[in-house]
Amino acid sequence: MKIIQDRAKTKQPGESLIIQTSVRILVPFIQLFGLYVIVHGHYSPGGGFQGGVVLGSAIILLAIAFDLKTTLGYLSERSNALMSNIGPLIYTGVAALAAVMGGLFLDYSALDVIIPLGPIEWRSMGIFLVEVGVGLAVMNIMLSLFWDVSSGGDMDEGL
Amino acid sequence: MEAILAELVAKYNYWIYVVLMMIGFYAMIGKRNLVKKLLGMNIFQTAIILFFISTGVKRGGAIPILDKHEVLLHGINPATIDNPLPHVLMLTAIVVSVSVTGVALAILIRIYRRYGTLEEDEILEKIGK
Amino acid sequence: MIKQNLHMFVMAAPLLCAFAVNLLGRLSRAWVAPLVLGALGFSTYGAIFVLQEVLTNGSFRYVVGNWTAPYGIELVLDPLSAMMLLLVSTVAFLASISALKSVSQELPGREHFFFTLFLILIAGLNGLVMTADAFNLYVLLEITSITTYGLIGMGSGRAPLSSFNYIIMGSIGACFYLLGVGYLYILTGSLNMADISTILGGLQGGNVATATAFAFLMVGLWVKMAFFPLHGWLPNAYSHAPSGAGVMIAPLMTKVTVYLMIRVMFSIFSPEFEFVRHAGVQNLIVWVSAIAIICASLLAFSQRDLKRMLTYIIVAEVGYMVGGVWLANTTGLSGAILHIVNDALMTLCLFLAASAIAYRTGGLSFEHLRGLYRKMPVTMAAFTIGAFAMIGVPPTCGFFSKWYLILGGAEAGHWEFVAALVLSSLVNAILFFRIIEIAFYPTEESHGHGHHEQEKVKVQEAPLMLLNPLVITAVLLIVVGLSSGTIVNDVIRVVLPDLF
Repeated sequence: MKIIQDRAKTKQPGESLIIQTSVRILVPFIQLFGLYVIVHGHYSPGGGFQGGVVLGSAIILLAIAFDLKTTLGYLSERSNALMSNIGPLIYTGVAALAAVMGGLFLDYSALDVIIPLGPIEWRSMGIFLVEVGVGLAVMNIMLSLFWDVSSGGDMDEGL
Repeated sequence: MEAILAELVAKYNYWIYVVLMMIGFYAMIGKRNLVKKLLGMNIFQTAIILFFISTGVKRGGAIPILDKHEVLLHGINPATIDNPLPHVLMLTAIVVSVSVTGVALAILIRIYRRYGTLEEDEILEKIGK
Repeated sequence: MIKQNLHMFVMAAPLLCAFAVNLLGRLSRAWVAPLVLGALGFSTYGAIFVLQEVLTNGSFRYVVGNWTAPYGIELVLDPLSAMMLLLVSTVAFLASISALKSVSQELPGREHFFFTLFLILIAGLNGLVMTADAFNLYVLLEITSITTYGLIGMGSGRAPLSSFNYIIMGSIGACFYLLGVGYLYILTGSLNMADISTILGGLQGGNVATATAFAFLMVGLWVKMAFFPLHGWLPNAYSHAPSGAGVMIAPLMTKVTVYLMIRVMFSIFSPEFEFVRHAGVQNLIVWVSAIAIICASLLAFSQRDLKRMLTYIIVAEVGYMVGGVWLANTTGLSGAILHIVNDALMTLCLFLAASAIAYRTGGLSFEHLRGLYRKMPVTMAAFTIGAFAMIGVPPTCGFFSKWYLILGGAEAGHWEFVAALVLSSLVNAILFFRIIEIAFYPTEESHGHGHHEQEKVKVQEAPLMLLNPLVITAVLLIVVGLSSGTIVNDVIRVVLPDLF
């Protein structure tokens, strides 16, 4: 047990040229797939939570292949904190906006007043706004959880 | 004996999920390592999620993804398509399970940094001292 | 437009402000206090209007997103849920005034995290008391539980370990509840509470499945409300939590879960099913609650720490409420519902006093309480009023709810319940008078004279922000006690024909 622990401390898990190159090529495609899953949520399997997890896992893959410092270069802690709050604010904001505009809470047809598309179209498309908010929130919280757990609790910049 | 065997074979999916639930429940209560308790909780919740989803399956049912124009032309027959509602409900349950696991992992890190071990009896010894 | 959405705004205001607190609190600390107080003040104000509206115009059901029930999620606002909404908002408002001060002492620099979780907890509780959909109940229950795990885990010392134990037991309870909802869905095909009860009434077979669903739902909720013997997580979790979290979680979480049990028992299953067809269960549960009250009160005897003693008293109070509901008559049920309101206020008063004492003396074991009547007179006066309410002395509110519970127990012929109630009042009296005696007389000549002088200088009256909610709560205890008749007649009696 001790030998494995010592070896794990010195050698990085993904330290090999093949892994690093292929991960570098794959990550943009994974992120594109994540966006695809979010956008298709209201029409076919997918949605905010699933797409957010895929987006987050793209950057976690980077962390496994390289190290945590690289991921902090991609997405700093400050923008992580910022986006993980803006996500739920979009969600709750859309809900409250629908209520303020005259309908019930989360009644997207009331948003017809702002952009005239027709109430039925809005009820079908309105959930897309909520999915974007949820996807943002989930991606950032997945990342923040991974940083916290894998660095043993001290999430200092540039670790 | 014949009746019991027939019951077992007819509802084999429910029996499997019940066994999984019991394994998870035992791990939550019987194991002394805190991470194993957390894993038991995950197994328990996953078994419940699988149980729920398996209630929506129909004999000879198709996957509930439809083509819009075909449905508008021909209409649907609900008896031939699996129930999609448990799937959607269990998405919410999966999110809840992931959140609880996340919070539990963060708390486990705090426990580890304070006591240096993750075995419950060693921690209780250190507190008792 | 505002009128019909007001209760949703009452629930959504803390939620919006939670994320605003997280964003703006990172910039500067000064944003946290006005946002928290503004959101909760708005919630309380809105809840008063909602209660007024429901009492004048009658109860109404609200569908979220304009999808008609039973396909959409429905919220029900009858006098009971409007009263619970007002209770939750008021207790949250008073607790947060005190929490703002004690958190800045206990968790410096992390207030914005604490208050984000705090506000999400309050939003979840607001939603819990209004929902009329079984699965929505599970989601909101888990939202409140997860934020509670986080809030308790932020403490120091043994708090993370107690929070982890709470996570394990709380997840067992929630998963049992989810299993029960699953069984109900298999039986009826619907998740709306009113719909389930109509379909269940017309079912031919499936009696065993309905009974199993009921058992799972009940056991899940009992784990969450710490009904003896499933209470093991509560003393550790509530006494090691940071004071600011304790004043919010202790009065509300278990009481809202008792309200949920009443909702499940009467809106999903009918009283005829629970009390008449399975009468043996009803007797058993009243016996178990009598044993719960006695055991918890006796366990409270052996504690040397004020907060731990209070948590065991909470377990005994839960026993009162569960026994009162299962007595199967209107007096018992009115007593239980009145006790939910009274117990939340009493626990809030006692925990606020404990938080003020901890703020000044740094600890809550009995040694720290010596001679406090001279040093912190206002705090101890409010503590005395809270203690009298717990014992059941008129005109505080505790007397009236115990009166109804004893009457209900005598009417139903459950003399063991009446005996347990009287015994528990006696035990509470002994417990609290012991503390009052310790706090009255200052230390004997146990330390040196210089050390004695130093201690006397350090401990003084609690700061104003901790005192104000305490005084308001103590006054509320007496006011609510005097207006118990109004509450029972206008709110509870109106709801009972619907429920029964």
